[in-house]
Order: sequence, then structure tokens, then C-alpha cells
Amino acid sequence: MRQKNQSRLSGIDLKAAGPAIALILLCIIGYMLNPAFISEGNLTNLLTRSAFIGIIAVGATFVITAGGIDLSVGSMAAVISGLMIILMNNAVNTMGAGVATVLLGCGCAIVLGLGAGLVNGLLTTKGKIEAFIVTLGTMGIFRSLVTYFADGGTLSLDFEIRGTYRPVYYDSVMGLPIPVWVFIFVAIAGWLLLNRTAFGRYCTAIGSNEAVAKYSAIKVDRVKTLTYVIQGLCVSLATIIYVPRLGSASSSTGVLWELEAIAAVIIGGTVLKGGYGRIGGTIIGALILTTIGNILNFTDMISNYLNGTMQGLIIIVAVWLQRAEFGRKGTKSE
Amino acid sequence: MLDGQSIPSAVLAADCVNKSFGSVPVLFSVSIDIRVGEVHALIGENGAGKSTLMKILSGFHTPTSGRVLLDGVPTTLPGNGEAEKLGVILIHQELNLAEQMTVEENVFLGREMTRNGVLDQEGMRAVVKGYLDDIGLGIRPTDRISDLSIAEKQMVEIVKAISRNARVLIMDEPTAVLTEAETALFFKQVERLKSSGVAIVFVSHKLGEVKEIADRVTVLRDGQWIATNEIEDLTPDAMAQLMVGRELSDLFPPVHEADVDAPLALEVRGLSSMDVRKISFSLREGEVLGFFGLIGSGRTAVFEAICGLADRTAGNVQLFGAAFDPKSVAESRDKGIVYLTKDRKEKGLLLGQKMRPNLTLFALPKFAKRFGLDKAAEQTALERAVRRFDIRSRDPDVLVGDMSGGNQQKLLLAKVMECDPKVVVIDEPTRGIDVGTKQQIYHFIAALAAEGVSVVMISSEMPEVIGISHRVVVMRNGEIAGILTGDDINESEIVRYAAGLKRVTEND
Repeated sequence: MRQKNQSRLSGIDLKAAGPAIALILLCIIGYMLNPAFISEGNLTNLLTRSAFIGIIAVGATFVITAGGIDLSVGSMAAVISGLMIILMNNAVNTMGAGVATVLLGCGCAIVLGLGAGLVNGLLTTKGKIEAFIVTLGTMGIFRSLVTYFADGGTLSLDFEIRGTYRPVYYDSVMGLPIPVWVFIFVAIAGWLLLNRTAFGRYCTAIGSNEAVAKYSAIKVDRVKTLTYVIQGLCVSLATIIYVPRLGSASSSTGVLWELEAIAAVIIGGTVLKGGYGRIGGTIIGALILTTIGNILNFTDMISNYLNGTMQGLIIIVAVWLQRAEFGRKGTKSE
Repeated sequence: MLDGQSIPSAVLAADCVNKSFGSVPVLFSVSIDIRVGEVHALIGENGAGKSTLMKILSGFHTPTSGRVLLDGVPTTLPGNGEAEKLGVILIHQELNLAEQMTVEENVFLGREMTRNGVLDQEGMRAVVKGYLDDIGLGIRPTDRISDLSIAEKQMVEIVKAISRNARVLIMDEPTAVLTEAETALFFKQVERLKSSGVAIVFVSHKLGEVKEIADRVTVLRDGQWIATNEIEDLTPDAMAQLMVGRELSDLFPPVHEADVDAPLALEVRGLSSMDVRKISFSLREGEVLGFFGLIGSGRTAVFEAICGLADRTAGNVQLFGAAFDPKSVAESRDKGIVYLTKDRKEKGLLLGQKMRPNLTLFALPKFAKRFGLDKAAEQTALERAVRRFDIRSRDPDVLVGDMSGGNQQKLLLAKVMECDPKVVVIDEPTRGIDVGTKQQIYHFIAALAAEGVSVVMISSEMPEVIGISHRVVVMRNGEIAGILTGDDINESEIVRYAAGLKRVTEND
């Protein structure tokens, strides 16, 4: 009996450690291809770039764990960037180009993110429309809105505000860039929320079996809506640290972010149909995706244009490995 | 061949079969022989190894040691249902039908008839219609499975088996979710199959039915073969004793006299919803109120409307003298009334999770401290529940889906009791569980009532309704047909109300 226990434990550990092992392997490969891979500058750059997808993916982990999906996050980031820029540019005249204007822009981003998440959530729960359809719809709406606001071109942030806002992306605190700190903060908060609170337990229960959740006195609609609101909040945080990087927004901002975020979640071991979520895995998943791109930048062996191919392969292999695990367990219990 | 001659009529047999999962043995040298044209019942408590034996006989499991003989020839049955081609067909308890496809498509799934490379729909329809007409049910080949009742789905499974030229039909608790009328219809089909030479193996916890339909009975206990007897030699009591291995003391605990002056816990007046009309009844503190009726008579719907799981269209409900109209299950729970679903696998428990998150899910706010969950308190609760409800599991980290039905039911009970309710509604408390666990659950219900908790027990099993209720409400077609007390609580009276031969309107 003890033996069985142990094998089950080590089995789960191995599975949980899978993404981490993959990341370490990638890093070793990166180092072998080009020792500059582990230079401080490169690693910091890698972490900073992971932050956008990583923060969004933390939100996506909640949505997916509760059995939903949000395809609108990339477009949502774009439209929030656009509106933020418009608002700040207009505020320059009255409020100047100081910190207050930037804070106003950030506040606006958060309100927009929460609002967009709430719309997605309510349409899914109260409107009883499949999450895939709702967010496919809002994805299109958000994308076309940003194009409309930019009049088909690019919305650029006022030069003076850019100066004020720039440090949010480019400055470091205690050796780590600010986006990385935000990423760490979001990751810890997300982990606590999913693993240590009743809300996290409710998300898992709903994703496992919605009927059981309903009969267990869980306010299913409210919890599901909240997962989309959390997703919206994560998108707005990612946008706030993204806007100072380029200082502009256009119809191509945040394209395919939704797929990268979902990929990070799935690579990390969260089950796409819900009921099992891992924040730690999601973060590693986001790091893996960014690392692949980074390594390809460093080497000439594979064309940088094949970045998507490598990411795609990793996603398929990761899910295939998960399935193999589940398949074995399934036949055993039958 | 020699073997075949020495037991000429055994179409399928297991010979000294052992089976272990990992290091856990579940079957110890079990032998059974299934003869042509017999109905062979397999009985035993939950966890006795019945399911495992059935899966070995149908090729879903391979025995760790021992032989399976088909027509007397040692055979390794192909797995994953391939044994169907050899005429050995297992009908799972969770029926295996594609819900969104039609009856005809399901029957021919995987071996569709074709003509010139396209589906021969007319041909298939005619064949299926022939079978369905034989059975005498109002099902059409073009009906969608999701529109059928459970009994009808079961019949479709049987048609599927017949159409595959079944020689041995193995069924896991086929009657567990059937009403009496449906069971009778089902038995008619069993008789028909039997007379055409099909051997039938079935598992049932309803010993009365076993006595009625089986020719021979094999009893398993703790993975061991205990006995195989002709049905004439056994009474239901004797079967129960063989299963449990000890004298069964009284199945039902003594019913304490109800206190007719106890304050009212629940009072329902003129309640209507989508499925029920003008429901009025009352429930006193410390009372066990039985709710009897045929499946679909609206018993569950009444309590879903009371507990905030379904919308009411009329009527008022008073809980401990205060108007009660919960907007959510959470509000019901907080006011002290809980509903325990009959559907433990679909609505009751998270099968992919361990016991602890399942136990505390219903009362989770109780375990929240500041921002997090108090896992130590959860663990203590689990240990207490395991003791209180006698939940047995091989290891504490087992997934709930891998536990036996009886232990799942106890866990479900423990889960709703975790929030200390004043009124408990238990829907089909003993569906699909063995007689030993049933007894424990009856005693538990009686103990609850003795503590002053009011219990509503919805049940389709007449003996238990009679055995532990102070009063019995009989429902029919979404209405209350009658409320029985005292000596009126007997089988013939209840049947008369349930069948619509008699009805009264309550006016107290």
C-alpha cells in the first residue's frame, strides 16, 4: 500500500515538474548554442518580455480552470492601449505631462479591463452563450474598435508623457525591471488566490463539474463572471506596462496574444476543459514560449521566422505528454 | 474440447481467476460458469469484486492469473469491448450511448450497413424497427437518445446487444434506476432473451428481484467466491446473509414515536413550479418524512423549488416560522436546510478529486479564515467524517471516482452534514449501495431525527419508506396524492395512492 502511495506521489511530481524540466533543457540548449544566452542583460530582457504574456496567462488560468475560455485578451489589450493613449494625450492640455496624467491613464486602463471582463463574464453566464462564442465576438469588436480609433493607422503617445511614463517599462528596482516585479506580484497573488482561497476551490469545482458545484451551494454564475473580471484586470496590468515600451497602439497591437496566453496555460499543465489549474505551470509556460523566441534570435541554425513553428511544436508535444499521462490513468481505473 | 464436454452447457466460465490492481488484490481465485439460456445473478456488497469479475468475463480486464473459457476453450478475450464480436456483451451501468445520435445510429454504431458505399439508412431503420416492435415500446428508430427516459435507453442498449447476436449478456445493475413498471418490462425482455438461448449475467442489489428473475445466484464477498446456488434454495434473507457473512440484525432501526407537538420546521403551502402543482405539507422537528412516488412524479422537483435550485411559480414556504424564499443554494444552506442529490456522480461529488475537497466544498465558507482556507481544519473535519460515517478507503488520497458506491454515498452525506443543517432532504439515500451500508444509513437517519433534525427522505424503495418514516407523502404526476400516518403506512395503501387509485386532499 505504501508503495502504491509513493508511486502515485512521484508520478504527480514528475508531471508537475515536466514544464520546469523542459524550461531548464531549453536554457541549457540556449547556453550551448550561444553562451551569451545567460548574460544578465539577456536574462533580464527575457523575463521582461515574458511579463506581458505571463500576466495575461495568469488570468487565463482562472478562466480555463473554471471551464471557460477567453479569446478576446489580445484585442482587449489593444483597445485598452488605444483608449489609454487617447485619454492621456487629451489630458496633457489640462493636467500637463506629469505623473497625474499617467496615473489617470492607468486608472482608465484598469476600469476598462474590469469592464471588458465583466461584459465577457455576464454574456457567458447570464446570457448563457458559450464562452468561445462570446469572446470570439468581443475579440472582433475590440480589434475593430482600436482600428477605428486609430483611423486605420497608429495612435502615438504624446512625446512628453512618454518621458514620464517610460521608466515603468525601462527602469529597474533592486536589479529587476519593473515589469518583472509586476509579473512576480501577479503570479504570487494568482497562486494564493487559486490554491489558498475558497474562490480558487470554487473555480476548480466548477471546471470539474458545474452541476456538482451548483448543488454544493456555489454561486456558479458569480464565480465564473469573476474569473473573466480577473482576466480583464490582468490584461489591463499587462497593458499598463506594455504601453511605455513602444508608446503607441495600432490594429496590430497584441495580435495572437490570446493564443500565446492559452498556450502558456496549457503547456503549464492546466487542463483545457477545466477542473485543474496550475499558476506555477502557467508562469513556466510563459517563460518557455519567450525563451524559444529568444534562443532563435541568438542562433542562425533555425530561421527566426520559424519561431511560430517551434512554439507550435512545443504546445503539441506538451499536450501530447499530458494526454499520455491521463490515458494511462484512465485505463487503470476502468 | 474435452473441457467442453465435461461442462457441456457452460458458454462462458472463469476458472480460479485472480485479479490485482497494482499491489492491491481484488479477486481471489474466483470461479463461475455461465450456462446457455440461464439468468445468473451476481450479488455481493460494494467492493466485493462484482464489477471486476464482470469486466474480466467481458474482456475489459485481463485476469492476473486463472483462465477464462469460452465454450469450454481457454480464451484470452480481446479488450475494449472487442469481445462483442464473440457474442459476449457487457452493458455498463453508465449506459454507453451517443446522446446526440438517434436510436438507429446508436444500434449500428461502428458497423453501419452500407449499400454501394453509402449508408443504407432504410435498411438499418427497418431492422431496428423490427427489434423495437418486438419489445413493444413506443420508441422510434429516429428518436434522439437524449430525449429518451433511462428505461428506454436501457432498452436501446438491449436492442443493440440483440442486434450483435449476443450469446452472453452481462449487465451491471440494470434495474437500479428503473421504476417497478419499467423493471417488469425489462424482465419481460430478459425472459425473451433467455428463451432464445442467451445467457444473462446481472448484478443487482435488489434481492427480491433476484429471487424473481434469476435461475442461479453467485455470491461474492471481499473478492472471494462464497457460493453458487440454485435460486430455489435461497430466500432473499439467506442471500443477504451470504453477502454480509453475518446475521443481519434488523435492517431498520426502531422508529421512535414522533412528537406530534414538536414545533414545525418546514411548512409548505400551495407550492407550484414548472414540474409540480399545489404542494402542501408540513414537517416537524425530529420527524422523518418519507416521500414516495414513481420516478418522474415530481418528488425531487418539490425540493429543488424549496431549496432555491428551481424557480417557484406560486405558493409560500415557511422555515421555522419565517417566510423562506432562497435565491440560491447558499442561502438555503445558511438558513439550515440542505438538499442531498440522488445523482451522486453527476451532481453530488467531484469524481476526479480526493475526499477532502469534496467533503468541505458545501460548507467551504466555514473553513475560510481571513484570506485563505484553513487546511488543518479541513483535515480534522475529514478525519471526523471518516469516523462518524465509517467511510472506508484503501488510502486517504484515493480519487473519489475510484471509491465504491457505498463509500461515495457516505461521503456525500458527510459533505452536507458538514454545515450542521436543521432540515435535511435526502434523495434516494440508498440507490445502488449494498445492504450493509444501507443499514448504516438508516441508522444514521434515525439518529439524526432523534437529535431533533428534521429529515425528508425521497425514495423509490417501498421497504425503506415504510421502514423508517414517521409519515409518508405519496406523489403522483406532480401533485401530492396522499399523506399517510401510522398504520396507514403499508405497501398496499401506498401503492393505491401512487397508482392513482385513491387520492385525498390534505386539509389540516
